[in-house]
Amino acid sequence: MSDVTATDITTTSAAALAEALRAGELSSVEVTRAYLDRIQAEDPTIGAYLHVDAEAALRAAEQVDTARTKGEELGPLAGVPLALKDVVVTEGVPTTSGSKILEGWRPPYDATVAARLKVAGTVLLGKTNMDEFAMGSSTENSAYRVTRNPWDTDRIPGGSSGGSSAAVAAGLAPWAIGTDTGGSIRQPAAVTGLVGHKPTYGSVSRSGLIAFSSSLDQAGPMTRTVLDAALLHEAVAGHDPLDSTSIDAPVPVLAEAARRGAGGDLSGLRVGVVTELGGEGHTDGYEPGVLARVAEAVALLEGMGAEVRQVSCPAFDLALPAYYLIAPSEASSNLARFDGVRYGLRVGDDGSRDLDEVMALTREQGFGPEVKRRIILGTYALSSGYYDAYYGQAQKVRTLITRDFTRAWDDVDVLVSPTSPTVAWPIGARVDDPIAMYAADLCTLPASLAGIPAISVPCGLSEGLPVGLQVMAPALADDRCYRVAAALEAAQDAARGHALLDAIGGRA
Amino acid sequence: MSTPSPKGQLTRDEVAHLAHLSRLAVSDEELDLFAGQLAAVLDAVAQVGKADVADVPPTTHAVPMTNVMRPDAVRPSLPRDVVLDGAPAAEDDRFRVPRILGEEA
Repeated sequence: MSDVTATDITTTSAAALAEALRAGELSSVEVTRAYLDRIQAEDPTIGAYLHVDAEAALRAAEQVDTARTKGEELGPLAGVPLALKDVVVTEGVPTTSGSKILEGWRPPYDATVAARLKVAGTVLLGKTNMDEFAMGSSTENSAYRVTRNPWDTDRIPGGSSGGSSAAVAAGLAPWAIGTDTGGSIRQPAAVTGLVGHKPTYGSVSRSGLIAFSSSLDQAGPMTRTVLDAALLHEAVAGHDPLDSTSIDAPVPVLAEAARRGAGGDLSGLRVGVVTELGGEGHTDGYEPGVLARVAEAVALLEGMGAEVRQVSCPAFDLALPAYYLIAPSEASSNLARFDGVRYGLRVGDDGSRDLDEVMALTREQGFGPEVKRRIILGTYALSSGYYDAYYGQAQKVRTLITRDFTRAWDDVDVLVSPTSPTVAWPIGARVDDPIAMYAADLCTLPASLAGIPAISVPCGLSEGLPVGLQVMAPALADDRCYRVAAALEAAQDAARGHALLDAIGGRA
Repeated sequence: MSTPSPKGQLTRDEVAHLAHLSRLAVSDEELDLFAGQLAAVLDAVAQVGKADVADVPPTTHAVPMTNVMRPDAVRPSLPRDVVLDGAPAAEDDRFRVPRILGEEA
C-alpha cells in the first residue's frame, strides 16, 4: 500500500481515487476494504445502508485489479466503489425501494444505470436506505431503519435519497446514485453538505428505477465534489431504447464544464435570483441563516464576474400544490403493480379469500402510511368529477411554471435559490404533519415540474449545519449547473482553506 | 362534471371508498388518521384552483414526445425460472393466483 491511509481513502474525492487507481498507487481491493471497514464501524450508528455484500464487493474489486495488472483496457472509473439507492434494481441483489412489500425480492435484471456503472468497472458497496417508494423528505418513511445525518445524528439526512446522502457524507461511500422526483437528490445533498444534481428529465434512463412519478423521476449523482458529480453523471447518462422518454441527444460535456468553472471566471454569465424562492416578500418558512448563506454565495458569484439580477417567477408559488397532485396521481397508478402476484409480499392467501381481498390485505400490510396517503390522494385527484379541478388544473399550472422558466431564459443563463428552506431538522419533528414535511420541497419542485436540470452545491453552514445553493439551467444545459457550482465550490474552499465536508464532526 | 367538495370536506366515508378503490384494507384507526391528514393536504393542494388557466394547455410530460419507435426485433425475455423465483406463489411454471371468481360463480 502507498502512503495513503485508510482515513484518506474515505475522505478523498472519487476523482482522486480513480486517479490513484489508474496510477497504480492504490488497488481497488484496498479502497473497497477501507470503505467496508468504515461501513462496519459506523453504519450501525448512521443507518445509511439496507444491504451490503462485502464478499461480492471485494470479488468485483479483485476482478478490476486483476484486469488492470494484465494491462486490460479499463474505463476511467474502474475500481471506484459506489452505493446505489435501493430504488435502482440490481440483478440478484435485494432491492426493496424502502418498502416491506418488496422485502427479500432479488430482481432478475439490472437497471440501465446499474448496468452502465457495472460496465464502467465501479464496485457496488451496497444499496442505500430511502423513504418508501421515494415518498418523503427525511428518509423516516423507510419501512426498515432510521438514517441519521452525519453532521448531527439526532437530525434527518434529508430524503428521499437520505441513505445515499448519509453514506457519502459519513465516508461510507465515495459517491452514490440517488433519484429525484421533487427534490430527492438535491435536498438530502443540501442538508448533508454534498453536491447533488438532478439531470434534465429524459437524459438519464429510468429503465429499472422502481417508478414513483414517471413524468418526474430522474436518477443522478450525489458526491463530495462538483467534479465527482459530473464524472458520475457522464457515466450514467445517454440515450436508452429501454426508456421511451429517453432523449436521443448527445450528453453535454460535464466534467470539462466543472473543471472550467473551478477556474473561477464567470464573466458574462447572467444569474437570476428567483424572488419567489426566499426573496423579498417570500421569506415565510425560510430560515434567516439559510438566506444569509445563499446571499453570500450569490455575492461570490458576482465577485467572479457574473451579472446578477432578480427574476420573478409568479407561478412558482403554486408549484407545491401542483406537485402534490401530479406526483400522487402518477404514484397511485404506478403502485397498482404491487398486487401480490408477480413479486414481493402476498398476505391472506389461505384458500378462503379471493384475489381482491388478498390484494387489499397485501397492500395494507406491505405499504406504509405515507404511501397509502398518496395512493388515496392520487385516486381522489383522478376521480371522475374531481379530475378537472385537481389533476387537470395541476397540469395547467405545470405549463405556467414551465413558461416562467422559458421567459427567464430570455434574460439569464441560470437561476439560483436556496435548495432547502431550512437546515436538517430533528428526527421526528415533522412525521405527523405531512404538510410540514412537503414544505421541505418548496424550492426544488419548480425544476422538477419543468424537467430542467438543477444542482445543489454546499454554500456554508447555518447553526453548524450545511446549507445548499440550487442552480437551475435550461433543459439539456446541465453543463451550466456544473460550471457555476464548481466556481462556487472552488471559491469557498479557497476562502475556507478546506472543503465543507472536512468540517464534519469538528474534524477541520 | 361536478365541482369538488368545499375545502376540508374529505370525509371518513370518502376515504374508506377511495381506499377500497385503491385495494387498501385500511383499519379504523387509519381511517380516522388519514381523513384528518388528507383533508389538510387537500386544502393545501386545492390552491391550484387560484391560477388563471384560461387557454392554458396542460403539460403531461416534461419531454413532449409521441410515437417513439424501435426496430421490431426479437429480444430475449427474462428467464422464466428466475422470474418465478421472485413470485409469492408459482405452480406449473406459472404465477399462482388466488381465485378470481366467487364461490357461486
